Formats: sequence, C-alpha cells, structure tokens
Amino acid sequence: MSFAVQVLIDGLSLGSFYALAALGIGMLFGVLRLINFAHGAFITFGAYMLIVPSAATQATLFIGDFHAVPLILCVVLLVVGLALISEFIAFRPLRDATPATLMVGSFALGFIIQNLIIMIYGGRPKAVGLWSDLSAGVQLMEGVQVPKLQLIIIGVTITLMIALVLFLKRTKWGIHMRAAAEDFRMARMLGVKANMVIMMAVAISGVLAAAVSLLFVVQTGILDFRMGVPMMLFAFIATVIGGMGSLAGAVVGGFVVGMVSILLQTFLPSEIRNYRDVFVFLFVIVILLARPQGLLLSAATKERV
Amino acid sequence: MEPKSPFWRLVREIWPLLILCALVTAITVGIQAYGDTITSRTLTEALIRMVVVIGLYIFIGNSGLLSFGHIAFMMIGAYATAWQTIPSVQKGIFISGLPDYLLENTHHWIVAVVIGGLLAALVALISGIALMRLSGIAASIATFALFMSFYSFYLQWSTWTAGQSTLIGLPTVTDPWVGLVFVLIAIVGAFFYAQSRWGLALRASRDDAIAAQAAGINVTIQRLIAFVISAFFVGMAGGLYGMFLGLLTVDTFYLPLTFITIAMLVVGGMQSLSGAVIGTIFVSFTIEVLRTLEKGVDMGVAFSLPANSAEVGLGVILLAILIFRRTGLTGNVEISWPFKPKVLAADITRRQS
Repeated sequence: MSFAVQVLIDGLSLGSFYALAALGIGMLFGVLRLINFAHGAFITFGAYMLIVPSAATQATLFIGDFHAVPLILCVVLLVVGLALISEFIAFRPLRDATPATLMVGSFALGFIIQNLIIMIYGGRPKAVGLWSDLSAGVQLMEGVQVPKLQLIIIGVTITLMIALVLFLKRTKWGIHMRAAAEDFRMARMLGVKANMVIMMAVAISGVLAAAVSLLFVVQTGILDFRMGVPMMLFAFIATVIGGMGSLAGAVVGGFVVGMVSILLQTFLPSEIRNYRDVFVFLFVIVILLARPQGLLLSAATKERV
Repeated sequence: MEPKSPFWRLVREIWPLLILCALVTAITVGIQAYGDTITSRTLTEALIRMVVVIGLYIFIGNSGLLSFGHIAFMMIGAYATAWQTIPSVQKGIFISGLPDYLLENTHHWIVAVVIGGLLAALVALISGIALMRLSGIAASIATFALFMSFYSFYLQWSTWTAGQSTLIGLPTVTDPWVGLVFVLIAIVGAFFYAQSRWGLALRASRDDAIAAQAAGINVTIQRLIAFVISAFFVGMAGGLYGMFLGLLTVDTFYLPLTFITIAMLVVGGMQSLSGAVIGTIFVSFTIEVLRTLEKGVDMGVAFSLPANSAEVGLGVILLAILIFRRTGLTGNVEISWPFKPKVLAADITRRQS
C-alpha cells in the first residue's frame, strides 16, 4: 500500500511537469495552430534568469537571491517578456503560414534562444542551490516518505490549472480565447480582437513555462542549456495523446505520460528499463495511427476545458 | 533559341541536372585547388550534408510533408557502416553484442555504405507503411517521435552502438572527392525520381491530395516510395559521415544536425532540387564565415564574434527566410533553361496542332 502511494506521488509530480509544459504548448496550438518547438527554450531561459549572466563555471545567484515573491514575479515577467518578443518577431509575421512552416519557425526561434544562452552563460552545466530545504522529506503516512517539493509541485500545478479554468470560463478574455481557438475567423468577425487574444495566450504560455523552470531548477539543482528540451518533448507526447487543441486533453496526457514513465521505470525488468523512452515515443506513433484521421485534425471542433 | 536536334532537346530536359552537377563539381575543384586541409575538411562535411539535404528534398519536396525524423536514418546508416568496417579486434572490445558474422568480417567501405543505406531504407519501409498514412502536422510529429525512439534506442543499445560512449576505429576514407561522387549520384537520383511517374504522382498529391486520389493515385504508396528512396540516400550519407569523422557518438545525430539540415533545405527552397543544393552551399558558406569571425580576424583592430555566433546566425537566417521569402532562395523552382520563353511558346503551338 505504502509502495503504491509512493509510486502514485512520484507519477503525479512528474506528470505535473509534463502537464504544465503541455498546457503551455496547448495554449499556443489553440489560437495559433502552432506547435511551439521554442517552448523548451522558454523553460531553459526562465531557469537561467536566476543567476548573474556570465560564463563562469560557478553560478552566482542574482534574481535567485531575492525573497520568494519578487523572485517568482521577476522570473515570470522575464519569461512572459521573452514569449511576447517571440510573438512579435517570429509568430506574428508567420501567422498566415502553414502549420509546418510555423513549426520550422519556432524550431529556429528555439535554436536561437538556446544558442544565445550558451553564448552568454557558457555551455557547461552549473549547480544552483535554490530553496534546497524543500527537498526535505515529509512523512505522509506509515512508511511513505516524500520530499516536500513533490507535494508543492502537485499543489502548484493544480492551483495553476484551476486559475486557468476560471480565467477561460469566467472572464471576458477567456471566453474570447476559447472562441478564437474554436474558429479563429468567425471569432474575429464577431469582434474578438485577434492580436490581443493571441498575445494573451502567448503570455499565459510564458507563465506556465516559468512555473516549470522554477520547479524544475529547485528539483534538480542544475542549470543546463538543454534542460528544457526533454521536458518539451514529453509535453509534445502529452498533447498528442490528449488530443492537440484540447487543454483538458493536454493535462490528462501530461499525467498519463508521467504515470506511465514512473510505472515503466518501476516495473520494467532492469535490462530493458533503460529503453523506457523508446516505449514512450513509440506509444505516440501508436496513438497517431490508432486515429488515422489524426487527433490533430479533430482539434478544431473539440470542446476545450 | 529553340533546340532543334535531339541532343539539344535532351540538354534542355536535363538542364537543371547539368547545371547543379557542374556547380558542385566546380566548387569542389576550386576549393581543393586553392584550399588547405582545413577547408578540405569543411568541404567534405558540407558535401556529406548536401547528400542528406538532397535526401530530405526527395521526401519533403515531393510529398510536401515535413519530416523531422530523417537524421535517424542517417544514424542507422552510420552505425551499420561502422559494424561492417571497424576492425574485428576493436569490435570485439567495444561492441561485442554483434552477431558472429559481423564480429569476424569486415566489408569494403563502399559495400558497407550501400548496405547502410539499404538498412535505413528498410527501416523507412517498415515504419513508413504505418507513418505514411498520416498527413500534415500529424505526420511531422510522428516522424519526430520515430526519430526520438531511435535516438533513445541507440543511446541505450550499448552492445551494438557503444551507447553513450564513443565508437572508434572507422576507416577515414571520406574525402571531398568521395563526397562529390555521392553528391552527384544523389543529384542524379533525385532528379530522375522527380521526373519519373512516381515523382509526378507524389507532387500531384502534394498540390491537391483529393484530386490526386480521384485521378487514381495511391497517396500512401507514393509517399512510401519517396520515404524509402530518401532514407536510402540519407543512410548512405550517415555512413560517409562516420568514415569522415572516424568515430561515432549517438549524440552526433540529434537535434542540432536535424536543425541544420532542415534549415539548409528551407533556406534554399523546399520544393526544388536546386533549392536543396543551393541552400546547402549558402548555409555552409555562411556558417564558415561566421566561424572564421568567431575565431577572430584582424581588420586594423582585432575583431571577433562571440562563440556560437554561427548557430545564432543560422537561426536568424532561417527565420528571416521564413518571414521574408517563404519559397526559399530559389523560389521553389529549378534553375531553368536560359532560353525558355521561346521554347515554351514553340512547345505550346506544337502541342496544340
């Protein structure tokens, strides 16, 4: 029993990362039909904002030394800023392009951001101790000891998701955004301001990326210019499994991928355990094939959150 | 000027092919004549990448589907070549999981490269039967997932690939001339594929899938043919790349290489063979200039760009091309017979009469 709870919590906290990242990608897919390959770079960027820009091997905390509230605010604002700049210089000029072209554009953007980070901070991983006391264990019940951080990750994810649902369902802008995701042209004709809605979606995507950066850095304690990429790849899988364009699907997909990864990790025989990721990626192909018309194509008509 | 004789008619038909072959040969000969060993290495790498980009064009250009997965075929070809060319003693030490036949024998490198290409083509055939049913963005994601599966698999499959460490001992036989020969073969292959009924059918399905199906084209099969042919060339390029570096790591075949090759194709123009060739030349040249500037040049005052400027520059170029000239440098058309207008008019009257 205690073992099951342990696995469940591991799965949920890993799934939380994937769900948050998948939501960030899903937000942009909804209004822009963009599969954002730069999302991983947004996540990496957020993490690097914590330290003083320099190529030194030893990281010096800068924003990372602030009190928690201004720290979170600063990182969120910076990532949102980056996301908005991306919208202006890359996504907006490409708005009329095909989804494939947009995808290549975001790939280019991610590549630029990642290499700018290497240029400024150097290519070597750096250790940062941010809120390391959170890794301390908490006794949940008889025989179940989990790091406080895992509970925080799950909590933050749930809070952000509730906030997002309330925003989308209850506010004027949220309703505009859902309308735009449903049928962009029709929504515009009915008076939805396209640029405003898209900028808002981009900003929300930035907030979600910032949340992933912070939680991820606290968990791993390491800055690496590649750190956002695996997160993004698994988030892709999550969005595909859940059905692109459906935010609820992205969340469900995120948790499914997290749970499946942990279960494979736990129960696969040790000689094939290393091949876990292979199975996860093959799973995507199977999902895409099981719906030959494509989960993606059904996106436009799908209910959102 | 209307070509009268059958000879000139033929020349007109294969004009893009002649021009591209001449262009690549001239550049290779020129650089080899005036360059040193370093430029010669850069040239070799660019030629190998050109084979990859031409392979990408065969699929992407004709089918209109974007593939993010072809670098997996390059990796498959590269490792297959390594299994056949590394001396037996070293294979026994680093990759002892190979079957006995491979452990005990080595093949001539040309045989190895072709078999590597065939293995990549086989993998493309098997995976393509499933994947080529998908369209648009779903197909792109599926090829990406395929790429990630193979990447993760090779990274862990240490008894065959040495996993996360480096596999050494490949003969370093790839020089610019070898690269050039394979580029020429790839150009000829891609050109005649595009001219064939298969290529025509696939382009028809690219431009209007429904009309093509109505005209009796089996889109899935046509895509599969292009996928397999392109994987064959990309796989051979992988083998050449392994024998250019002399060593292999799985990490060589990851996102940066995917990015660079796709950038080359998109910058040149995805839907023309000329685009693949010119894009590779343009991007390779630009990267080289930026790399030189990174190292620093003395222009009265010492001047150098920060490290990684080449990558950033490449990203900016790609983004700029996508924004300002979406059809690429060549505008998605082949370099055409310079006297085309008159010829065309004559052609039309002949057909009408």
